Amino acid sequence: MPTTEPFTLDGFVVETAFLGDRAVFALGEGRVAIRDGAHAQDVEAHAGGLLAAVLSADGKALLSSGDDGRMVATDADGATRVLFEKPGKWIDQLAVGPQGAIACAGGRTAWVRLADGTIVDLPHDKAVGGVAFLPKGMRLATATTDKARLSWITAKGAPVDFAWKGAHLGVTVSPDGRFLVTTMQEPALHGWRIDDQQNMRMTGYPVKVKSMSWTAKGRFLATSGAAAAILWPFMAKDGPMGKAPMQLGPRDRLVTRVAAHRSEDVLAIGYDDGMILAVRIADQAEVLLRPPGSSPISALAWDRAGVRLAFGCEDGAAGIVDIR
Amino acid sequence: MSESLPAPIPVTVLTGYLGAGKTTLLNRILTEQHGKKYAVIVNEFGEIGIDNDLVVDTDEEIFEMNNGCICCTVRGDLIRIIEGLMKRKGRFDAVLIETTGLADPAPVAQTFFMDDDVRAKTRLDAIVTVVDALNLIARIEDAPEVEDQIAFADVILLNKVDLVDAEKLAAVRAEIRAINPYAEVIETERCGVDLDKVLDRGAFDLGRILEVEPDFLSGGHVHHDEDVKSISLRAGDMKQPAFFDWINAATQEQGPKIRRMKGIIAFENDPDRYVVQGVHMIVEGDHQRAWKPDEARETRLVFIGRDLDFAALKAGFEACRA
Repeated sequence: MPTTEPFTLDGFVVETAFLGDRAVFALGEGRVAIRDGAHAQDVEAHAGGLLAAVLSADGKALLSSGDDGRMVATDADGATRVLFEKPGKWIDQLAVGPQGAIACAGGRTAWVRLADGTIVDLPHDKAVGGVAFLPKGMRLATATTDKARLSWITAKGAPVDFAWKGAHLGVTVSPDGRFLVTTMQEPALHGWRIDDQQNMRMTGYPVKVKSMSWTAKGRFLATSGAAAAILWPFMAKDGPMGKAPMQLGPRDRLVTRVAAHRSEDVLAIGYDDGMILAVRIADQAEVLLRPPGSSPISALAWDRAGVRLAFGCEDGAAGIVDIR
Repeated sequence: MSESLPAPIPVTVLTGYLGAGKTTLLNRILTEQHGKKYAVIVNEFGEIGIDNDLVVDTDEEIFEMNNGCICCTVRGDLIRIIEGLMKRKGRFDAVLIETTGLADPAPVAQTFFMDDDVRAKTRLDAIVTVVDALNLIARIEDAPEVEDQIAFADVILLNKVDLVDAEKLAAVRAEIRAINPYAEVIETERCGVDLDKVLDRGAFDLGRILEVEPDFLSGGHVHHDEDVKSISLRAGDMKQPAFFDWINAATQEQGPKIRRMKGIIAFENDPDRYVVQGVHMIVEGDHQRAWKPDEARETRLVFIGRDLDFAALKAGFEACRA
């Protein structure tokens, strides 16, 4: 029987994560809230709004970026460290990669910070909508107008462009490194097989896709943007081409966030009325984790063991669901 | 199920060519005591930046929509910024967008109709265009953007009226009216206007379209061959399916040329006023309220556009008469 420990936080929950046992919540007003049983600490991470956040690759810090032009690491004890700073820029994209590399973007430039603190500039001719690392080989994927781009970070070599007309707003790379998928201004995804740039169109959404999550072993790409979680199959050699997606947790409300379990074929689905379901992909068995009746779910994250789920809403409602 | 939808944040768009007085107006809005906090989106940090307000610098970036419509463009940078600002609601009451002097207002306006997220959380309040009496006529001749900025406006601040004589002022007024017959024109010196006349206008609110009563030109008095002109159409009752078919077709065909469209329609056998408005190919319409007993049931429709086919619009409109 799932149990929930609820919190009321001061502001829009942009992202959540677990640093060990402690849940952290990145808030739109620039703070990071740390919650662990009786332990509650709020840290001023940014001198302005907080626009994006992501768990560090080693799982020990929450990385956040904001309109103060900073990228900040906050650890479980509330200590902060500025990792990167470009005054005056809105840093609204973040991603972590191999070997301690971190990427961020603001306006028309993406930056990669290597583990030794070296910064690599990747200028684009249009705004960078999203950043994501390939799993191996220090390459960064960026989404921008009319294309996605793969850039080498440490090795020499010209960037490779993947053309498709339109505004690409977000990007993800499959865990096996074979596919690149972008979210678009239109309610659609676009994908490419990286080897041969074969195009994949993934359409049919009523609204823009804002949340994407790869299920265990990269079998499916789960997405928000419809009145059910939409899962595109990526097991086959040619990905989802010619295949219909699976729909999990169909309701008459829109899915706003999805978070795949790390090891099991289970997906946590957050809706625009605050409801959360956990759904097993094999038989579509549903477990209600949070009832409807609040503002939209804006953040969802499993802990490392996969037994607790942290969530946050646009109005600051948040909590930890223990499914044991 | 109880749901409380937060009130959409009003957005005012400020346009005007360089030197017209846009920054003066912006500074007035930011410094005067009016009890409101603004998030201000500017193109470059100039001499503004007030502690109490959020100021965001942006590069204007046009997204073309992949829907085959050549005039369906939105401002990608605004979508991104507004999404970011909505994570800080409570820090501000309204949004002000200052465009560059050469900007086409269409993508800015269309962003508020075509992007679902922006549309859900904000409402376009009005497009305010600042022009100056001294230089307007020269600017219209050398910069086509200026005509578009006037064509799109709900409120036109005719600034620096103290710097011209009565004859020149009359010519400038006529020039503005020839392009845009329904915007409210406010004559000012140094942008000295009551801010209530500029802010919270509800110009795109169908419920607040009260009159479409263009100043009709007496004719023959306009000195310039404007590329942007308006056509005002009047009739009594209209046939309902015919009117919708026609206006949808007309806005599809002439959409790229249309800047703004606004109208009040009397449909036969319908006790309610029907109001419409549009930007390029985007048309919105709704029943508004009952015709009052002392009110003439008259259909009025105004198109403002560049190189519009007036004869075709008029013929199509006339064919919908009941």
